[in-house]
Amino acid sequence: MKPRNLALAAALLGVSVLALGAAEAKPLKWASAGDALTIDPHGQNEGLTTSVNQHMYESLTERDHAGKLHPLLASSWKVLPDDPTTWEFKLQEGVKFHDGASFTADDVVFSYERAMQPTSDFKGYLTSFEKVSKVDDLTVRIKTKGPNPLLVNNTSSIRIMSKAWAEKNNATKAQDFKNKEENYAVRNANGTGPFVLVSREADVKTVMKRNENYWAKAKVPLEITELTYVPIKQDATRIAALLSGEVDFVQDVPVQDIARLKGDSKLRVTSGPENRTIFFGMDVASKDLKSDNVEGKNPFADKRVRQAMNMALNRGAIQRVVMRGESIPTGIILPPFANGWTKELDAAPAVDVAKAKALLKEAGYENGFSVTLHCSNDRYINDEGICQSAVGMFGQIGVKVNLVSQSKSIHFNLIQKNPPETEFYLVGWGVPTFDSDYVFSYMYHSRTGSQGSWNATGYSDKDVDAQIQTLSKEIDIAKRDATIAKIWAKVKDETIYLPLHHQSLSYGMKSALDIPVDVSNNPKLKMVAFKGS
Amino acid sequence: MLAFVLRRLFQSLIVMLAVALIAFTMFRFVGDPVNQMVGVDTPQEQVAQLRQTLGLDEPVVVQFARYIYNAARLEFGVSYQFRLPVISLLGERAPATLELAFMSALFSLLVGIPMGVYTALRRDSWLAKIFQTVSLVGISLPTFLIGILLIYLFSVTLGWLPSFGRGEVVKLGNWWTTGLLTASGWKALILPSITLGLFQMTLIMRLVRAEMLEVLRTDYIKFARARGLKTRAIHFGHALKNTLVPVITIAGLQLGSIIAFAIITETVFQWPGMGLLFLKAVQQVDIPIMAAYLMLISFLFVTINLIVDLLYALVDPRLRATIGAH
Repeated sequence: MKPRNLALAAALLGVSVLALGAAEAKPLKWASAGDALTIDPHGQNEGLTTSVNQHMYESLTERDHAGKLHPLLASSWKVLPDDPTTWEFKLQEGVKFHDGASFTADDVVFSYERAMQPTSDFKGYLTSFEKVSKVDDLTVRIKTKGPNPLLVNNTSSIRIMSKAWAEKNNATKAQDFKNKEENYAVRNANGTGPFVLVSREADVKTVMKRNENYWAKAKVPLEITELTYVPIKQDATRIAALLSGEVDFVQDVPVQDIARLKGDSKLRVTSGPENRTIFFGMDVASKDLKSDNVEGKNPFADKRVRQAMNMALNRGAIQRVVMRGESIPTGIILPPFANGWTKELDAAPAVDVAKAKALLKEAGYENGFSVTLHCSNDRYINDEGICQSAVGMFGQIGVKVNLVSQSKSIHFNLIQKNPPETEFYLVGWGVPTFDSDYVFSYMYHSRTGSQGSWNATGYSDKDVDAQIQTLSKEIDIAKRDATIAKIWAKVKDETIYLPLHHQSLSYGMKSALDIPVDVSNNPKLKMVAFKGS
Repeated sequence: MLAFVLRRLFQSLIVMLAVALIAFTMFRFVGDPVNQMVGVDTPQEQVAQLRQTLGLDEPVVVQFARYIYNAARLEFGVSYQFRLPVISLLGERAPATLELAFMSALFSLLVGIPMGVYTALRRDSWLAKIFQTVSLVGISLPTFLIGILLIYLFSVTLGWLPSFGRGEVVKLGNWWTTGLLTASGWKALILPSITLGLFQMTLIMRLVRAEMLEVLRTDYIKFARARGLKTRAIHFGHALKNTLVPVITIAGLQLGSIIAFAIITETVFQWPGMGLLFLKAVQQVDIPIMAAYLMLISFLFVTINLIVDLLYALVDPRLRATIGAH
């Protein structure tokens, strides 16, 4: 596993470099709906917080906008040949923190230990870690509880802070709910990243300036001299600010505004798939459904019924009408850039109402049945609209669906309860590890212990469970990939979920910029190069 | 008199408690805060542990009692999203809201009163008719629409004024920030103040107009005319003065609602005040912020009402007599 060098990574990120060495000030104002919750690097594992923090704090590895893993603070890594439970990371030389201190193995050990503490929001990524230890100033070893073939994937989420700085300022722990004393790291930052914090006012703005001593300066364009992040909650106001030129880059363009922005010659819109797939889940295990009108039977337990419903879904129509073209219809609940995805799996069945009706008849539901569908209305792009149109489509084959759509804070509770309080629901799922195992263990594994916590379908197959469990231990990548393919073939045939589409993201910006959509929605603005200047 | 004040204070306390109780029970229906706080992949044990840490596994009555006990000591807890004390979060944002509310109140008085006087005195002029029509717009259009229309006209099309934010602010002392000392701060205040104050302005204009027409018909105005006083002296020295008593009462009472209903204006203009904080808290089910904000607003209303009641007692001799008889 020899990583490519960073220069290649920079080239891969695909931002054209036209202006070199320009000395004038090039500020960039960047807006999106919410604000970073904190700038403590281990305080909150939340999308926007990460988007902002990654510009000041860096991790051992980094994913580019297409989701590919590259070395960052670590220059190379390997599993020790004699011990499959220990990974060794060589660190980048000559890296300096914003305060001038040198980056060493001590900082890595300290940061990982901080991230593993109970107050950290990143401890979930590190449950398989046993110990992180220093070998020498530029070498770190991570010992895991068992063999972990994908450990390096988790290192892109854990950001490194300076040990000396944290100790000096009494910020050795991430901010706690109970602790009223404010942690120094909540409003101050000292990382190795391309931007240095100038000021931060929560909910107003966060100002950063270019790190003139950035260690990887030669490898990235780093043209922005001052980076300002502003939260603008209201869609209309955010777009107005872009149109009037008050902000340069909007990270979340509402679907209804995309066409309009594309028509403006001063602006540019980039789109791409997000790391999130939207799908329906249904209770396949209960003896009888509470919300249906069939006595003593569960129609969803019959595979033919599930296949019929899958055929009834007109994904193309949802894409065209509800999503205004801004989605990618699919037949699998795994985004295209994750390990295990194939074109064949991604294919959805053709819409065939006649065949679906025939299948229902075969299953003994000639006159259809009724059932309640739960849906969120403030979590995914046009989630309520998706459900409304799906209700009509299921109606065409005689399945009468009563729609209950409500806020995410209520909706997700229904799914997570054990036993779940919904029998038919909409949910979206992203894969931060970029590997099928993440989907399997949360969505397909039986709900036991920490496994299958989002599998509200009741689906439980001993063979599948056993295969899923081998994935976290198998070191032979080829063998592991074969198992992944086998599991997908099985669960796709079972039609446990009805996949709809991969959600698509759109960024709006001035035409002098060309920022590609980042699959994790954490745009890396060190890669920005201004055009035509 | 003392007994009256004490009784009113006691009543206010009951109102506050009732508001707190209603707010607290309502929050049970906005969803589960723990779900918002943890990642989708957090193990169930951790979720349960967090719920316990926050005291959310206890019965509502216990949670409520604890809340009241802490609130009495001005302890509103720690925000779930920011993990910072609610009282300091609200404190940081109060200057923005208060400044905006003050400016819109000023705007509504300074524009509303002259418009009201003019429409009363020159009922049939075309300008008065235009004022009347404009005031209909102020009353019938929802605030967010007015805000967005103003943004599209003055920010996007003309490019004169900023569409969001507070501009540059200056720190005064430890906990007050003001936008009134910088040019960009003033510019940023214009659109939100108009948006927020338009309804109040309309209300004041119509009130002044109606009162003025009423007063102009009274006998003492007729006598004044008969005495040959100058029209100007009659209109402004006698008529307007007598019109202003109800106007001041209404304007005072409206100040509370300007602060409370700044939520929408603050959201449209991304004004970093308490309303914006509250709205975000609702979406994230951040109960400590929601509860503290509601308590604060109800405190504001209760206080204003109390002051108004006491002032009435001072001003109106008849009321004082009844109080004394008790």
